[in-house]
Amino acid sequence: MSFQFTILIPLIPLISFLIIGFLYSKMSNKLAGIWGSVSIFSSFLLSLFTAYRYFFEVGRVNGVYPKILGFDFEWLRFSDSLSAHLGTLIDPISVMMLVVVTTVSLMVHIYSIGYMKGDRGFNRFFAFLSLFSFSMLGLVLSTNIFEIYIFWELVGVSSYLLIGFYYEKNSAVAASKKAFIVTRFADLFFLIGILILSFYTKTFDFISLTDPSNIAVMQTGSITFMGLSVTTWALLLIFIGGAGKSAMFPLHIWLPDAMEGPSPVSALIHAATMVVAGVFLVARLFPIYALGSDQALQVIGYVGAFTSLFAAVIAMTQMDFKRVLAFSTISQIGYMMVGLGVSGYGNEAGLGYMASMFHLFTHAMFKALLFLCAGSVIHVVHTNFINEMGGLRKHMKITHITFLIATLAIAGFPGFSGFFSKDEIITAAYHNNKIIFYTELLVAGITAFYMFRLYFRVFWNQEASYEHKPHEVEKTMTIPLIILAFLSIAVGYIPFGNFISSDSMPLESHINWGVASASIIVSFTGIIIAWVLYKKPSNLPERIVSSIKVLYTWAYHKFYIDEVYLFVTKKIIFNLISRPIAWFDRHVVDGAMNGIAWTTSWVSESIKGLQSGQLQKYALAFVSSTIILSALLIYILLNV
Amino acid sequence: MLLQYLSLMRQEVSLIFIAVLVLICELTVNQRYKKVVIPITLVLFGVHTILGFVPFDGGKLFGGMFATSHAQALMKSVLNVGVFIILLQSVAWLKKEVNFQKSNEFLILLFSTLTGMYFMISSGDFLMFYIGLEIASIPMAMLAAFDTFRSKSSEAGIKFLLNSALSSGILLFGISLFYAISGTIYFDDLPLYFSPVSPLFALGFIFFISGLAFKMSLVPFHLWTADVYEGSPTIVTSYFSVISKGAAAFITSILLFKVFFNQLYLWKDIIYLLSVLTMTVGNLFALRQTNIKRFLAFSSISQAGFILLGLVNVDSLGVTAIIYFILIYILSNLSAFGVVMAIANVTGKEEIKDYNGLYKTNPLLSLTMMLAMFSLAGIPPTAGFFSKFFLFTDAAKGGYYWLVFIAVLNTIISLYYYLLVVKAMFISPNEQPIERFRSDIYTRTALLITVVGIFAVGIYSPIFEYIRNIIDKF
Repeated sequence: MSFQFTILIPLIPLISFLIIGFLYSKMSNKLAGIWGSVSIFSSFLLSLFTAYRYFFEVGRVNGVYPKILGFDFEWLRFSDSLSAHLGTLIDPISVMMLVVVTTVSLMVHIYSIGYMKGDRGFNRFFAFLSLFSFSMLGLVLSTNIFEIYIFWELVGVSSYLLIGFYYEKNSAVAASKKAFIVTRFADLFFLIGILILSFYTKTFDFISLTDPSNIAVMQTGSITFMGLSVTTWALLLIFIGGAGKSAMFPLHIWLPDAMEGPSPVSALIHAATMVVAGVFLVARLFPIYALGSDQALQVIGYVGAFTSLFAAVIAMTQMDFKRVLAFSTISQIGYMMVGLGVSGYGNEAGLGYMASMFHLFTHAMFKALLFLCAGSVIHVVHTNFINEMGGLRKHMKITHITFLIATLAIAGFPGFSGFFSKDEIITAAYHNNKIIFYTELLVAGITAFYMFRLYFRVFWNQEASYEHKPHEVEKTMTIPLIILAFLSIAVGYIPFGNFISSDSMPLESHINWGVASASIIVSFTGIIIAWVLYKKPSNLPERIVSSIKVLYTWAYHKFYIDEVYLFVTKKIIFNLISRPIAWFDRHVVDGAMNGIAWTTSWVSESIKGLQSGQLQKYALAFVSSTIILSALLIYILLNV
Repeated sequence: MLLQYLSLMRQEVSLIFIAVLVLICELTVNQRYKKVVIPITLVLFGVHTILGFVPFDGGKLFGGMFATSHAQALMKSVLNVGVFIILLQSVAWLKKEVNFQKSNEFLILLFSTLTGMYFMISSGDFLMFYIGLEIASIPMAMLAAFDTFRSKSSEAGIKFLLNSALSSGILLFGISLFYAISGTIYFDDLPLYFSPVSPLFALGFIFFISGLAFKMSLVPFHLWTADVYEGSPTIVTSYFSVISKGAAAFITSILLFKVFFNQLYLWKDIIYLLSVLTMTVGNLFALRQTNIKRFLAFSSISQAGFILLGLVNVDSLGVTAIIYFILIYILSNLSAFGVVMAIANVTGKEEIKDYNGLYKTNPLLSLTMMLAMFSLAGIPPTAGFFSKFFLFTDAAKGGYYWLVFIAVLNTIISLYYYLLVVKAMFISPNEQPIERFRSDIYTRTALLITVVGIFAVGIYSPIFEYIRNIIDKF
């Protein structure tokens, strides 16, 4: 069954980008918005069709879902054995990602028509959204590492453009630069990892890379470096690239600042799709990680666990609505990494992998919803700070209910999607690593607490004095909220193990009630504490804060990680490395270049006299040159 | 028998046919209908160019005096492409009142020199070669002196004629030395008599090569170029620097390949030296030019030095690279000359500083000029990058790393002055830039062809493969 048409899924947004981009000033805002949305809607329908055809019409072959090259085109040929291809790879996770990306992107497009109304950069915004959708869809469909790297950078660029969307604001410009530099820095390691991996495996291709028999070959042939095998090094370097995009500690510093972009952008790029690219990358190469290198997988598990705890603690103290959500995103991606880190390959051991993908799927829905709700609230009250909000439930009924649903989902309330997926991750951790298990359990409680803190503070509590009376937002904005709220509940009931598992065999998942009840109790505790502290105005939170003043200050300042970076770059790298290099460049390199240029023009000036215009001199030069050359050739002849 | 003559000499025959047709028109056609001669000639020459690409078997005529093959037909076709573009570009200039009376004369002279080049390329012995050379040279002197009322132009014609006579004399002397060694003038027989190599051969070789080097304006045989290029009408300058040079390069590569191949070990150092001198000195002169015509002329000297890179190890890749380079060089240089002529025709301005701020008023012309400069400098993705790349590859394959290094250094120097022109057009401010104007349809077609060529010939790789296939069979 042919999947050739899948190439259209990324191409439609690309065409949309080009059209909106070229007709930038000629298109009316309404047309650009509708055009962008219709394009992504077509991609969305095609993605659903792909999913249906792949999972139900093609189905399992020999018990597993096949990996299908939907479209393949040889782009560059380096040598007979090595060439770079562009194409689409259809397998369970790419199909799942197609559905996630197009769904969220479609919702965000529709929402943005209302949210961005009247903005000067309306068309630019939709052009960039289309560019991002193209890049992200290309990324998930990539057939080889080379292609994924191209799209990896493209999503980075789109993210840069959208974070810096309000480029009149200094903070937005700084944030976009920060995001770009940090992720680019991580991508450097990614590139080195790719080079090592392809050097040893002689292929870029995902299908042959992840073939278990190839991995064995790679293992036997590989050498060790500093106690770790080369495979492990390559995989760790690739993970650093993924960690940069997915904002894992200590490369997380760009994500909170990225909230300078418009809220729909945060929902699409910095919550649901681009930031999970790192998770997707590890999942894409998962067989190599699982079969090739235990150490790399352990690193992923611990980094994920630490990040989830670290970000959750910070999230408890933040006052900026979107920053709380940003840290919560970091924490939740930590969960996904944990899922991969504690997973094995095949059968029951692959529970973590399945759970991680499941969580990615559910998280995309409820986190996008949370950001869109945040966007609505900020749109109405014109402030980002939660202590300037309160009592909004009476004014914004739909936003209130949908936000509550999303909050319940992320807090792991039984019956909501987050409960199912998070629970699977914790169960997988329970079977694999007890330290990680207890950490994640604690994080589940903290998550419930800070999310309900947000919820009670914004929608209950004392009503703040607003300049304009708050009101519900318009229909184009509420409809996506309602759809996403529905999805935030419903997607939890998908029998996910049937579709996605580490070895594509069906994986029956049962709820482990022991683990589940522990996590339910922890979440409820978190919710209740938040209820007590924030439902009504009280001075209890301040009293608690003052009793743990030092800890609170540290967490509020995000443990001063940003300051550490600044110190390292400004004080150490700039002074000790950059300045000497700059001096060398300015004085030695430039000096040499200027010297050459000066000599050249001096010679040029001095031979000008030869060009006298006198015919006799020309003839003289001609004849004497002939004679000299003849002498030279005879000399060569006699000395050969 | 006649059919064989016609099929082997078809390009020569059809070109002479066009030339004679123009001559007849000049003599018989009423003054009122004179203006249709140019379009008809253009159409005929266009057909002639396209038919040149039709593959035909090679063969020999006149007892071996005339020898042709698919490769030689291809070389002529490459020249045809250039001449066709030049014809398109010349229309606006020919239609000026001062030139219109002589327009047919111009066409006839142009076709005569091209016929001479055809015969040189297809020559099978030195006699035919020499006749071709003279047929090509003498009308060229007349072309240089075409602006009879301008003393500079007449000076250019006289200087070219005298210099050309000198170089022909030395070249003939070289041929007579070869005859003294071997007793034959046929290319096929000559190599048999050359080994063992005698000093007489060395002398003959240098005399002979200096004649060709004069045509290609290689340093140190280049001194005539500055005066002749500057004095001639711009269209003739572009013909000199593109077609004449290209033809000379083709003939040099054929002869080195056919006749002197076994003495490669001997003359490769001479070619090496000439290449380095030409690239470097040409660049040094070009650096200082303020007149755009002189600037292009000197930069074309430097370009000829690059052509020699393909000759240091004579193999099929080298010859392929040379043909490919010349095709792209024709397109890029004619693109630049086309812009210069379009501007000179309307405004008469020829200094680089006149181009300041051109982008504001004539963006399309500026972009075309920029592309031409990028292609001449060898910046990807323009075709000029690929053509230099293959020449460098060939030289590096032969182990001439230092030569490639010097060539790369020269490319960097050339980048400087090519970018000066771009800077003038795009960056330098100007109170009174050249005003906005619209060229005629012929000029615009010519520029369109060159611009498309600058992109397509480089990126569309089958063109290189096509040339290579033909040369491999040569």
